[in-house]
Amino acid sequence: MTDTSANATRTRGRPRISLHALGPVLALIALVILGASLNSNFLGYGNVTNVLARSAFIGIIAVGMTFVITAGGIDLSVGSMAAFVAGVMILAMNALIPVLGIGVPLVLAGMAVALVAGLAAGMINGVLIAKVGIEPFIVTLGSMGIYRSLITWLADGGTLSLNFEARGFYRPVYYDGILGISWPIIVFAAVAILGELAMRKTPFGRHCSALGANEQVAKYSAVKVDRVRIATYVLLGMLVGLATIMYVPRLGSASGSTGVLWELEAIAAVIIGGTVLKGGFGRVWGTVIGVLILSLIDNILNLASIVSPYLNGAIQGVIVILAVVLQREGKSAD
Amino acid sequence: MGATVTAILEARGVTRSFGPIEVLHGIDFALVPGEVHALIGENGAGKSTTMKILAGYLPPSGGELLLDGQPVTFADQRQAEEAGILMIHQEFNLALQLTVEENLFLGREKRRGLFLDRKAMEADAREWLGRLDCRVDPRARIRDLSVPDRQMVEIARALGRKARVLIMDEPTAVLTGRETDVLLDQIARLKAHGTAILYTSHKLDEIARIADRVTVLRDGSHITTRPAKGFSEHAMAETMVGRELTDLFPDKPPHADDVVLEVRGMTVPGKVRDASFTLRKGEVLGFAGLVGAGRTELMEGVVGLRPASGTVTVNGKAIRTGSVLAARQAGLVYLTEDRKDKGLLLGKSLTENLTLLALDKFGTVTIDKRAEDDALTQAIEDFDIRVKDRDMVAGSLSGGNQQKLLLAKTMLADPQIVIIDEPTRGIDIGTKQQIYDFIAALARAGKSVIVISSELPEVIGLASRVVVMGRGHIAGELTGDEITEDAILRRAMGVGELTGASS
Repeated sequence: MTDTSANATRTRGRPRISLHALGPVLALIALVILGASLNSNFLGYGNVTNVLARSAFIGIIAVGMTFVITAGGIDLSVGSMAAFVAGVMILAMNALIPVLGIGVPLVLAGMAVALVAGLAAGMINGVLIAKVGIEPFIVTLGSMGIYRSLITWLADGGTLSLNFEARGFYRPVYYDGILGISWPIIVFAAVAILGELAMRKTPFGRHCSALGANEQVAKYSAVKVDRVRIATYVLLGMLVGLATIMYVPRLGSASGSTGVLWELEAIAAVIIGGTVLKGGFGRVWGTVIGVLILSLIDNILNLASIVSPYLNGAIQGVIVILAVVLQREGKSAD
Repeated sequence: MGATVTAILEARGVTRSFGPIEVLHGIDFALVPGEVHALIGENGAGKSTTMKILAGYLPPSGGELLLDGQPVTFADQRQAEEAGILMIHQEFNLALQLTVEENLFLGREKRRGLFLDRKAMEADAREWLGRLDCRVDPRARIRDLSVPDRQMVEIARALGRKARVLIMDEPTAVLTGRETDVLLDQIARLKAHGTAILYTSHKLDEIARIADRVTVLRDGSHITTRPAKGFSEHAMAETMVGRELTDLFPDKPPHADDVVLEVRGMTVPGKVRDASFTLRKGEVLGFAGLVGAGRTELMEGVVGLRPASGTVTVNGKAIRTGSVLAARQAGLVYLTEDRKDKGLLLGKSLTENLTLLALDKFGTVTIDKRAEDDALTQAIEDFDIRVKDRDMVAGSLSGGNQQKLLLAKTMLADPQIVIIDEPTRGIDIGTKQQIYDFIAALARAGKSVIVISSELPEVIGLASRVVVMGRGHIAGELTGDEITEDAILRRAMGVGELTGASS
């Protein structure tokens, strides 16, 4: 016999979209209103596209992170991985200029290198976690240090720069777009939509949350536990590669300080969005909201001069903690 | 006895509602020193809620509790504990990483100045465990202890807190027959010391053995409280169910001769050596043995949940070992005995649980939610799963209904061979009967079933052939009239003549 009756009532009568699911949305709306009232340029085309384009890197990574966390994992290495992949991509493109010349093939080759490098890095994390059985925190803490050190070494403590002409040719991938919407925003939106569909509507998404909720049950239910777990890290690695593809044309360089703390911003966005840190439940649209909340705070602090922008990190930290406190209230049943 | 002694703890007209729904409708009974009071009822009858109210975990919505004749309200379970009322949960309240002694004194550590007084605590721990005749070292970590030892630690803790009322929620559900005997002896001893005991169990033979008084609940109502003497097990079962119970087991279905499953030389490292057996179409094959004989491990090896060597042949085709998916695709599925940790995602919806095993049937690219919803409707109907709300989580179902959901989940994969491990563990008698009928119906429909059970009457009542395991190997096989408790036990313990042993 179980404590049937007690839990049943908590579940019953709760509307499908509960208040704590709406919380992040309300917070986002509040931020938009606040921003608009503080600065008339806030809702202007220039500012909006700027905020969205800058969110795109973290956003693309955070969508992948949502799957990893939902399946009961964590990945601390994504920031370093992004820097490393950017470095490898730049070195490869520079090396390929004599062969391919400057043009579309060079850019495509660079993109392929970035995706493959991301995939390989994710695969290494995933295999060490799923097959060798090391804690995700430990594995990715280690690989975080390794990639950070490798990029610093590749750049010899300085900066790796893309060939000047190649940079000029590649630039539009960050700055141009269709119908006035820049490429990073389009890619971010596509990743978010596909991610949301994958999470909610596909067996892969269902398996991720089953795995995060209880690995034993998943195993006994003929879910290929190791394969799903590796797949989440590979997916995240490839999305890191994709984010890098969008990032490199912006500055055309990579250094030891590229992508610092991206992992924490991505994890924070996932948590603000309502995904459970221990796994078992994930919400991609929530993650998107989380990313937007974090970038808007940054943006508002820069536009309005009430609070010093140096306090950005402090405010974001408060938001993360607050988000978790609010979620716990609705989740106390388990 | 009873009438003249003042009750330590008494419930008078206790009701309890969750939201608008009343789940307990006026419970009256009294716990008297030196008496074992059994509380019985089907899953969902309100036993857990009643116990939680008595132990201070839940406040009653109406009625009152009397402590030594005085009305009392407990703000929480700590206050009840201070009044000497302790509850031992089915899932123990022990910190696995801490030692026995640390657990016994958790939250009430003895000190000497700033530091812990380890010596004094260890001595006390030793004394309490000694009183229970339990030879566990106070310095052992809980995670290294067996389940019955953990239970003894729980009881020792109750002793340490000078419990006057001990509430035990199905303490024997996880124990073997011998372990149960030890526990029942301890209960008798506590009773002799004047402790009042409230005891629940689905095993009515235990109730008949130890209870002085029995209270029956049904659908949240108090049906009767009467002395255990003269209250037969059969009468208890009928009072619980509220109807006459005819034969618990359905007729054994006839089976064909074609072999559908053949296992040869299955060895699971450290657990099972060289086990071989066959299963025929339409057959119910029982697997009996003591706990720890390796039955579960053998089956987990067969379906690919554990590393194992040996061959598994389904319908004449060898299947790849080590893959649950390959076994499932060959029509071979295993229903775990551990439905809470391995069978169901307790925090997830019924639908997500139902379709997890056979998810590929609901679309390969995207999941067809409407088909899933229809599957749930069908499962609720076919398996008589009592749900209060289709959106509830699986953990909110009662044990019997969880088991039905697990069955439904397994059957959704449309298996040809079903291995069911402890099909009725922790389940009330009415649901048990439904599950037995279901197993027989499966066999009659041409499926083949393996039933692993530690309850001998269950194996004997269901199976037309029984394989007995002992200490990691197959110790014998019995068919037809040979299947008796005595014959099974002899083989399980390795005494007497061994016939048909394949090891």
